[in-house]
Amino acid sequence: MLVDSPPEQRAVTAVAPPNRRAIRGAGLLGAVVVLLLLLVASIAIGAKPLSVGQVWHGLFDDTGTFGDVVVGERLARTLLGLLAGVALGLSGAVLQALTRNPLADPGLLGINMGASAAVVTAISFFGVTSLSGYVWFAFLGAAAVGVLVYVLGGTRNATPVRLALAGTAISAALYGYLQAVMVMDDAALGKMRFWTVGSLVSADMTTLRQVLPFIAVGSVLALALARPLNAMAMGDDTARALGARLNRTRALSMAAATLLCGAATAACGPIVFVGLMVPHVVRSFTGPDLRWILPFSAVLSPVLLLAADIAGRLVARPAEVQVGIVTAVIGGPVFICLVRRRKVTQL
Amino acid sequence: MKALRTRGGLSLRLDIRASVVVAVLLCAALAASVLLIGTGDFRIPAADVVRTLLGNGDPGQEFIVNDLRLPRVLVGLLVGAALALGGALFQAISRNPLGSPDILGLGQGATAGALVMIVLFSGSAVQVAAGALAGGLVTGFGIYLLAWRRGVHGYRLVLVGIGMSAVMTAVNGYLLTKADIVDAARATVWMAGSLDGRGWDQVRPLLVLCAVLVPVVLTYARPLRMLEMGDDVASALGVRVERTRLVLLVAAVLLTAAATSAAGPVGFVALTAPQLARRLTRSPGPNIAASMCMGAALLVTADWISQRAFGADRLPVGVVTGVVGGVYLLWLLVSERKAGRI
Repeated sequence: MLVDSPPEQRAVTAVAPPNRRAIRGAGLLGAVVVLLLLLVASIAIGAKPLSVGQVWHGLFDDTGTFGDVVVGERLARTLLGLLAGVALGLSGAVLQALTRNPLADPGLLGINMGASAAVVTAISFFGVTSLSGYVWFAFLGAAAVGVLVYVLGGTRNATPVRLALAGTAISAALYGYLQAVMVMDDAALGKMRFWTVGSLVSADMTTLRQVLPFIAVGSVLALALARPLNAMAMGDDTARALGARLNRTRALSMAAATLLCGAATAACGPIVFVGLMVPHVVRSFTGPDLRWILPFSAVLSPVLLLAADIAGRLVARPAEVQVGIVTAVIGGPVFICLVRRRKVTQL
Repeated sequence: MKALRTRGGLSLRLDIRASVVVAVLLCAALAASVLLIGTGDFRIPAADVVRTLLGNGDPGQEFIVNDLRLPRVLVGLLVGAALALGGALFQAISRNPLGSPDILGLGQGATAGALVMIVLFSGSAVQVAAGALAGGLVTGFGIYLLAWRRGVHGYRLVLVGIGMSAVMTAVNGYLLTKADIVDAARATVWMAGSLDGRGWDQVRPLLVLCAVLVPVVLTYARPLRMLEMGDDVASALGVRVERTRLVLLVAAVLLTAAATSAAGPVGFVALTAPQLARRLTRSPGPNIAASMCMGAALLVTADWISQRAFGADRLPVGVVTGVVGGVYLLWLLVSERKAGRI
């Protein structure tokens, strides 16, 4: 599980013929188009189906008709799906590069569990009841655990294995705490059971505005880290010889991943597998160059998240299945297939 | 390590340190049991508990000890031992200290079965236990089949298990959101793992299962030790690799599923007990007897702590083992780092 990914083949991209770069560029453009279509579909599909014309009317010519109100309601969750998807995809890609483990995932570093523990504390001990109130707690919990994992993992000489182990251990301890609170406090259980599955249902513009700055800063940081992380993929010694500053890159990568994943988890609860699956699939057609993996992950993750959200609305009409459940139910089998297909030595 | 020889040419290797560890752990488990029997709304001194257990107590104490508290403690001991044995087998087969049933999703699978009974059918305690048993067995064999590809490989088993565990967690989350709050509270207590209200009905099937499976596991202990050296070496030494693995996996799945259906998915006993036992005996291999005694001692001690610290039946035992297990993992991390091993 904690084995180095295949060695970086940077030379391939450096000398890649122009047409190959053009194909990748076209692919990225195509992915963006798919994402735009899904954004529209996410507003149109639901318990009250809307036509594309009605969506257009609601977005750009709001006159307060019933359709316009529905568009307004669905716009917030669609935008949150977009933001959370970008954040989860980028943080997954950064973490996989940082820990040099193709199976790394924001859950692995304990970030999800940190946010969950903070939210349950907020509900049970501070009496917070609104989603916009949870956000800060979730964020603080994620950040605190991120820092703690980094410190326990050995700050200056953190290795991928140590970071993963520290994350698992802290998650385990926090899980016990989470269960203790939920067993003793029925009110907290009533709220937490909906929060922990991960959902876009309760999205509103206030939440969006709260998490947007963090996701923006995290995304810029993550995209800027592509080059040093590329160097680090070749191993610490080679990376140092190439002039990468290992400690700084590690610290910044942890910061970017924590910002992104913490913000996404704060806004919609822990959503698993998006951050794991998308960078994995992307790597299979872009190769190991993070300068391509990161943008592709940022576009394709919201595609997956929105598609899962729409599917969740369709399978149980007029009720819906939370997006976190849909991603896990789709993601689990895909993950198992990946594990079965790859040679064991590669894992 | 010492070899005992008889005149007839028979010999037996005796690991002195391991034997002492097993004896000490067994005493610890029994001592904790006596303390646990004496704890509750009606406290009984340890001396009285022992006297009552031996059949010389006064009738009032006899009722409390033999009818109310003894079966619960026996369930604790058996569940701890079964979980630890299952964990030791899984860890040995996957050759990975993290390859315990908690991580592989067996607990989650059993939970899914139990939740279906609680949420969809509002089932009785017996039905919930049956659902948990079925869920655990189906998940266990599902993992085995999915991980099968010209044999089962350790890493693949762990990874398939992690995927399965995530899917089952999502199913459990969905069922919890569908439940009304009374069912959800009942489900949460079950999910934490608790000994509350367990009696002879849980003791008997577990006892029978352990009586059948432990000898089977012990006969396969030697091939299992060989397996830890790798498949090639083991088959060169005459071990039938796949058969050994299949028998032991079936045993481990049965033990874990039965223990989980009796007390709920008590966390971390399966993960930590074999590791602790191994550190104490300092001998390689699965350390079957030491692991079982360690698991029983851990579970009963954790239950005693939760009763003493939080009052009778306020906090399920699984919460205590979860927190203790997490802290143990952190300590392991720090100490291994100081020793420079990771």
